[in-house]
Amino acid sequence: MSELDAKIPEGPLADKWTNHKNKINLVNPANKRSIDIIVIGTGLAGGSAAASLAELGYNVKAFCFQDSPRRAHSIAAQGGINAAKNYQGDGDSTYRLFYDTVKGGDYRSREANVYRLAEVSANIIDQCVAQGVPFARDYGGLLDNRSFGGVLVSRTFYARGQTGQQLLLGAYSALSRQIAKGKVQMYNRHEMLDLVKVDGKARGIIARNLVTGEIERHSAHAVIIASGGYGNVFFLSTNAMGSNVTAAWKIHKKGAHFANPCYTQIHPTCIPVSGDHQSKLTLMSESLRNDGRIWVPKNKEDVEAIRSGKLKPVEIKAEDRDYYLERRYPAFGNLVPRDVASRAAKERCDAGYGVNKTGQAVFLDFASAIQRYGKEAALAKGEHNPTKEQILKFGKETVSAKYGNLFQMYEKITDDNPYETPMKIFPAVHYTMGGVWVDYNLMTSIPGCYALGEANFSDHGANRLGASALMQGLADGYFVAPYTVGDYLADDIRTGSIPTDTAEFDEAEKAVKERLEHFISNKGTKSVDHFHTRLGKIMWEHCGMSRNAEGLKGAIDEIQKLRAEFWKEVRVPGKLNEFNQELEKAGRVADLMELGELMCKDALEREESCGGHFREESVELDGEQQGEAKRDDVNYKHVSAWEYMGEPKDAKLHKEDLVFDNIELKQRSYK
Amino acid sequence: MNLTLKIWRQNGPNDAGKIVDYPVTDISGDMSFLEMLDLLNNQLIEKGEEPVAFDHDCREGICGMCSLHINGEAHGPGRGITTCQLHMRSFNDGETIYIEPWRAKAFPVVKDLVVDRSAFDRIIQSGGYVSVNTSGNTQDANAIPIPKEDADKAFDAATCIGCGACVATCKNSSAMLFVSAKVSQLELLPQGKIEANQRVINMVNQMDEEGFGNCTNTGACEVECPKGISLENIARMNRSFLKASLTK
Repeated sequence: MSELDAKIPEGPLADKWTNHKNKINLVNPANKRSIDIIVIGTGLAGGSAAASLAELGYNVKAFCFQDSPRRAHSIAAQGGINAAKNYQGDGDSTYRLFYDTVKGGDYRSREANVYRLAEVSANIIDQCVAQGVPFARDYGGLLDNRSFGGVLVSRTFYARGQTGQQLLLGAYSALSRQIAKGKVQMYNRHEMLDLVKVDGKARGIIARNLVTGEIERHSAHAVIIASGGYGNVFFLSTNAMGSNVTAAWKIHKKGAHFANPCYTQIHPTCIPVSGDHQSKLTLMSESLRNDGRIWVPKNKEDVEAIRSGKLKPVEIKAEDRDYYLERRYPAFGNLVPRDVASRAAKERCDAGYGVNKTGQAVFLDFASAIQRYGKEAALAKGEHNPTKEQILKFGKETVSAKYGNLFQMYEKITDDNPYETPMKIFPAVHYTMGGVWVDYNLMTSIPGCYALGEANFSDHGANRLGASALMQGLADGYFVAPYTVGDYLADDIRTGSIPTDTAEFDEAEKAVKERLEHFISNKGTKSVDHFHTRLGKIMWEHCGMSRNAEGLKGAIDEIQKLRAEFWKEVRVPGKLNEFNQELEKAGRVADLMELGELMCKDALEREESCGGHFREESVELDGEQQGEAKRDDVNYKHVSAWEYMGEPKDAKLHKEDLVFDNIELKQRSYK
Repeated sequence: MNLTLKIWRQNGPNDAGKIVDYPVTDISGDMSFLEMLDLLNNQLIEKGEEPVAFDHDCREGICGMCSLHINGEAHGPGRGITTCQLHMRSFNDGETIYIEPWRAKAFPVVKDLVVDRSAFDRIIQSGGYVSVNTSGNTQDANAIPIPKEDADKAFDAATCIGCGACVATCKNSSAMLFVSAKVSQLELLPQGKIEANQRVINMVNQMDEEGFGNCTNTGACEVECPKGISLENIARMNRSFLKASLTK
């Protein structure tokens, strides 16, 4: 029998979470004081979980690799956070948020989890406002909302273009309050390097103090992994430089299944790669697609002329432009979901129509919006016969009020003025829907080990909707884990503190030290970045926006060879017992290389196209949807959860069938 | 372009530290400042030398982790940016660039250009929050209307990224801009008013305990702040501190 029991509570969808909460075990306050919990990561999921569990009375030890918990990469989220508040009276409801999320995820998520997410979403907003998060407000003093891709209502709460920052600082303040009370012990600049299991249960970790290099043992009754996503397997992504898979990968190697690793979100509007030395990619918010029109020239001669600088984009006539999203998807136009917009850009660039030197960019043009807003503004100012100059001036003012900070950011990076010439954009890796497999309680396949936020696989299926990542991180941390972790710990009230001077800790520490020593004593010739860049190229080429069997098989082979070369040829300078950033990177890249192979294996096994996973062999051959992604619900309506068996190539597949009782499976159409 | 870098190297908190020269060649104007340092570091590693340690993470100006003093300016030339948003096109071929860590007693050097800013965390822990539990059982978010102007002002203060440029820039190494931004954000909102008196006293005391200097209203912090946090916040905090001290 399959060991993948998702433990979904019985009963109607809308009652599952309430019934479950009413039935689970509680731990009395006195007993909580003798129970320890470790939390890895202090982003929205980890920070909120650590604060909430400490408030309940548990002793929490929180770890982050940054110099402060406030720097976790949740801070970089721009657009907003969804919540089914229906403040706009536009017909939103818990069910609609649930439905949009399942549909947006291309029917590859678990109904019960997504419904719970939608259900607690409204509480998140209440909670954050109570903490002093300064959401945008209208002139009546009430909260403002905006729209995001893939939905028909306005349910996105925002704080200018810095929503992630404000929500994270809210969680950080709650965490700081508990640190001051002594209920959370905070370990900044610490990295978890292994999980320790005792009698099959997660009972602690081995961590490295990144300042002194000391290897430490920490024990607990439960371990929570909230270490974020693994987009950096592609080297270039919108993730922070330090974002990594290490904590999630270590628990995978200790028995936690890794689910749907091939589900990757490629965000369509990022600033294109400018040169070989680029270290990361910068996102331009999805909101720009409300007013920007995406195009490439219709004629190859114009493409050449633009690349060589002989022609400026503004000199190309309207009839010589291919507004390809509007052409292919008349109903949704420039506002198709992220996966569709990204693939369409790739298709044009592959066909030779890319508009920069590398051929990997398309235009995002605000000229029409400037004209339209300019005329509107002129009328509003009583100018019934405005001059061209007036229209331009008024139009630019309106666009600046809406997107000023983004335009400024673009100009700083590219040295191009987007008010005068179209932006150049290209898709980039942004988010990973796949992650550690968890049951309804967010427990991994290791008892007592949990995974929260982007680190788990649970809620977004094969494609995440905009403004839903923040919602999931906080839902998991504030409102789900505090209940479900308590349920598990109810059996541990008599256990007492877990000793660290045991054989299990000895063994884990020894393995960690041996690996670190190997890096330092290896007399290679190439830097860690050298290997990371090469890994990224393989992944982007064969496991990126579009995938095929031949490419994936080749990639697996290449990654295996690269790994072997890495262990032989990598050079890590410095010493073990000191602040050593290269040593940190080496461990992370070693883990990303193993994960990369598993991603390719998963992508190869899934012979369908769904959401962010596009298999070239699985497309609609005729009819209205010709050329579009073709899902296969007969053979692939399941979660693929991989069990570690020694090498990524030997990973064993477990399937969790997805049951849709409340939603009818349909093909997504944006035509 | 070709440049000469003069970089502060310091092996640990107790090492004396010194400036070391590094020539770099073929730098493109499209590279960010940190990418230029990546290039240098990879060259050093391949030559068998120790790379330069520096803090950085998001590389899009929001995490607050990067922290370089470049040619005597926090986050280098240019206004409203962090070091990771600085591009090499701001420099000229043949130029010499000095790169140093934040210098302040309360920010001890960890290694090379990396400093310890945990003093900022401790200041927040002393009161930079609203004392509300995360149960979710608070009142409905729209039960407390907040005038848009107050909400916007609170937001402006809340955009502080905690990078420490204000401290590094201040001739007295004062943390007043950082502390006043958090005090202002919470005090401007009804949720934060209840604890306002105790908060401002606790946070200012903690700031003093950490060894930050006094504010002499020079205003350099506001000029160098990558997020444009206004000096008005300091004035507001001074008023609140006085009021709180008198009503205690």
